[in-house]
Amino acid sequence: MNNRINKLRKESLNAVNRISSERALLVTEFYKSNKFRQLSVPMQRARAFEHILKHKYICINEGELIVGERGPTPKATPTYPEINIHSLKDLEILNSRKKVSFKVDDKTFKDFEDVIIPFWKGKSNREKVMSNMSEDWANAYNAGVFTEFQEQRAPGHTVAGNKIYKKGMLDFIKEINENINNLDFINDKQAFDKREQLSAMKVSAQALIMWAERHADKLDNLAKEENDKLRKSEIENLAKICRKIPAYAPETFHEALQHYWFIHLGVVTELNPWDSFNPGRLDQHLYPFYKTETENGSLTKEAAVELLQSFWIKFNNHPAPPKVGVTALESNTYTDFSLINVGGVKEDGSDASNEMTYVILDVIEEMRLLQPSSMVQLSKKNPNRLIDRAVKIVKTGYGQPSIFNTDAIIQEMLFQGKDIIDARNGGASGCIETGAFGKEAYFLTGYFNFSKILELTLNNGFDHRTNKQVGLKTGDVNKFNSYDEILAAYKKQIGYFVDIKIKGNNIIERIFSNNLPVPFLSLIIDDCITKGKDYNSGGAKYNTSYIQGVGTGTVTDGLSAIKYHVFEENNFSMKELLNALSNDFKGYDDIHFKLIYESPKYGNDDDRADAVLNDIFQVFYNAVNGKPNTRGGVHRINFLPTTSHIYFGMVCGALPDGKKAGKPVSEGISPVQGADKNGPSAVIRSASKIDHLRTGGTLLNQKFTPDFFDDDESIKKVSSLVRTYFRADGHHIQFNVVSADTLRKAKKNPEQYRDLIVRVAGYSDYFNDLSEELQDEIIGRTEQFK
Amino acid sequence: MEGIVFDIKRFAVHDGPGIRTTIFLKGCPLNCSWCHNPESKDCRITEVSKHYKVGDVETIKSVRIGIKYQVKKLIDEITKDIMLMEESGGGLTFSGGEPLMQFDFLKEILMQMKETGIHTAVDTSGYVSENRINEIIPYTDLFLYDLKHYDNDKHIENTGVPLLPILKNLDIILKMNKHVWIRIPVIPGINDSDEDISGFLKILEKLSEKPEQINLLPYHNIAENKFKRLKINNKMKNIPGTDKKNLIPFKTKLEQSGFKVKIGG
Repeated sequence: MNNRINKLRKESLNAVNRISSERALLVTEFYKSNKFRQLSVPMQRARAFEHILKHKYICINEGELIVGERGPTPKATPTYPEINIHSLKDLEILNSRKKVSFKVDDKTFKDFEDVIIPFWKGKSNREKVMSNMSEDWANAYNAGVFTEFQEQRAPGHTVAGNKIYKKGMLDFIKEINENINNLDFINDKQAFDKREQLSAMKVSAQALIMWAERHADKLDNLAKEENDKLRKSEIENLAKICRKIPAYAPETFHEALQHYWFIHLGVVTELNPWDSFNPGRLDQHLYPFYKTETENGSLTKEAAVELLQSFWIKFNNHPAPPKVGVTALESNTYTDFSLINVGGVKEDGSDASNEMTYVILDVIEEMRLLQPSSMVQLSKKNPNRLIDRAVKIVKTGYGQPSIFNTDAIIQEMLFQGKDIIDARNGGASGCIETGAFGKEAYFLTGYFNFSKILELTLNNGFDHRTNKQVGLKTGDVNKFNSYDEILAAYKKQIGYFVDIKIKGNNIIERIFSNNLPVPFLSLIIDDCITKGKDYNSGGAKYNTSYIQGVGTGTVTDGLSAIKYHVFEENNFSMKELLNALSNDFKGYDDIHFKLIYESPKYGNDDDRADAVLNDIFQVFYNAVNGKPNTRGGVHRINFLPTTSHIYFGMVCGALPDGKKAGKPVSEGISPVQGADKNGPSAVIRSASKIDHLRTGGTLLNQKFTPDFFDDDESIKKVSSLVRTYFRADGHHIQFNVVSADTLRKAKKNPEQYRDLIVRVAGYSDYFNDLSEELQDEIIGRTEQFK
Repeated sequence: MEGIVFDIKRFAVHDGPGIRTTIFLKGCPLNCSWCHNPESKDCRITEVSKHYKVGDVETIKSVRIGIKYQVKKLIDEITKDIMLMEESGGGLTFSGGEPLMQFDFLKEILMQMKETGIHTAVDTSGYVSENRINEIIPYTDLFLYDLKHYDNDKHIENTGVPLLPILKNLDIILKMNKHVWIRIPVIPGINDSDEDISGFLKILEKLSEKPEQINLLPYHNIAENKFKRLKINNKMKNIPGTDKKNLIPFKTKLEQSGFKVKIGG
């Protein structure tokens, strides 16, 4: 990388993560003035958005080629009091905790104490959400049966398609005006609502143009003061770009990147949507610009690389907004899950990989940044060069890029009833979530704790930790005579909690729809403009709600152990097992030994365990899939944990897979840490016994020791492992190439391993930033090829 | 028909091309001082004690070494990874022990594998009768053929068996134009001096055909615990493993004579 990028990259890495009160103050100012009272809710939101962009500080960093920051400086992170309010205690913890801290200066503390907290107390969306949940919901939530995504952040979970590279804000405004003019106030009962939504979208589009022009004004001033000739012309060029886009569609590579970036910032300034925002199929979007310009000589490959690297740094400047109600121990992550996709297929179904794909992969390897996350879509139609190149980067050991099966993703979407063109233009976002890019609002609603539900099943629905009857009374398991009876009870409990969760989801969706529409995001995602409907209200072409199953391996092994030892081999009784569990195996070493070493375990291509896996998949799938949400779509399942497998393990006691009380459960669809003893081919065979095509994504982690990658042939071997898994419809696989030994050393001497990045579950993070529990969990994962 | 399998290793990457499933059959007529798998020597099912740890609690259990497999069951096990074998250009490898000790079992599976199209390799010491070698040649795509010493006396001294029948069998295979990878375990103090290199070169040049590849296998000192557990006297005690780099002169010398050489499996 050249000097400029090196400098910007270092500045980004060294920038201090801190809380900025700027956005919260501006939004408070807006709602304090009584101007908003005459407006409909969508128009209130649009005017608030406009107010922020009109007054926020314009940050232009020295030497940069892509401009625009969410906060006043890099890594200055706003809060969103409409969603939730950071208390002074939250701020103190964020300021002082050792890991993933956000510095809070005195002025910011004062802004929160004097202005933000007093105004928003009792008015935040989180308070509305929580006060509308039933007692059953609260009991389950407090017991750790599930989490709730929409209490801390807005639903987002979406990705831009390619229309923004063909249309500017003025084109959207034109469409909106036409739609408003065509509204039928005689026959369409929703005509007024549509007019308000569309007007709000128009105001938001105008606001973004205004904000870009403010950048141009500032750049013009900077140009006047700039002595360096070269930089002066760069700044003048940037000013020119900011006066053209986002009003008009981009025509050059540079304009395309800057255009996306303003839109990205619009989305993450409007609210704090999950997974920030994401350009999706970046190689596909950029290739036409790159091709034209490199052919006509107006762009060199080096210049394109420099622009992409500048773009990468922008993502890294934007940590995920921190949560409220945090504890000092909870480490969280700075990663905000913007997942760049490359490769895959074109909309006609042919191989989509191109020169841009490989340029971007070079950038990923060289930048070695946490953000943005990156992934390679691999179709059977892509050449081996693509997967080999990806594995070569994986080998360098920072967990990127992850690898996805395009053909499975397309089939998943076809199964969901999507159009084949939309499916081919889609991909995966966040950690592993399948989506129709530019056309789908796919909300993740909460992690779902299979292990806790197994524990409740074994205790007749009673939770000993919260001392409450949280689940159904499905019967005393001591009186059960077969595995089938246990499975039937587990199925009842799953059904009960899924229904509680879905009832909650359908209330929360309406709360967002009524109170927090997102007119700006609605501009970007089809068919919000056509329908005159907000993104949060079903305006998107496709509207899906997901529940994320966690602990698949733990529950499979647990039920498999019960089936084998209690009902088939009679090695011990259910009563003895329950005693062993309630004593955390103390005094029950023999049972503990048998559970760990002498039970059929998932991840070993052992049909005895894998049949149980299939049972629990069916139970979850049948309980969730197809149940309606409020946006015209349905609920579906996917399998990812992010870091919830640590929390979910903490709320569980000892479990029949041999897990001790408080220890993590398994992550994604990976086997229980250390349980897979037959090598990676047995793991992928076991994992492919799940019907991936009926999910919206699964997550499989594999850890390889660096020794494995000793020679060039090893790259091919890993590539063929991936191809094999994908031939069997596997959705996603990712690799940690680091030895447990290195990780142990890093935990002991963190200062010597400040740059050690590892794959967690669906994202990469600095090892030092992980909680101790998560560090231990990753160390405990099976090392393939020891 | 059934055989006694000592271990099954899936995702084996050092036992022939691509990714393979390696089946270790029990029983070996040799007695090499550097043997990594001393528990595979006895062709019967044996028992050893094994230490397990559950948290801080250590448990010692008696474990059986060797599992009886019916032909069909073993083939089911092998074909589990057929897709991976196809994708990687891999296949099945028989190792041991000396896999030809369980000759009928081995031959039956090789014959059946031929029909599935799975690539087959046999990792052998070559210390078997000519008949047996001749009989499996049609069903074996690749021989991984061990050459442990070039000098007959030293061979007897270190492995307990003579070299001459081994060389003779090797020539039979080479004359049939079969793919052969010769594997030389390079053992400190036994066959790793300059003189040893010249010795190996001499017999290699005398072969009727050039083998496809020669693998120089660095010595790993990994079996020490096993020896302790099995209560077998470890003749290689305290001899450190060989660094791959130390084998470069050996490799260069062989390459100069026109052989294709790889360090490691």
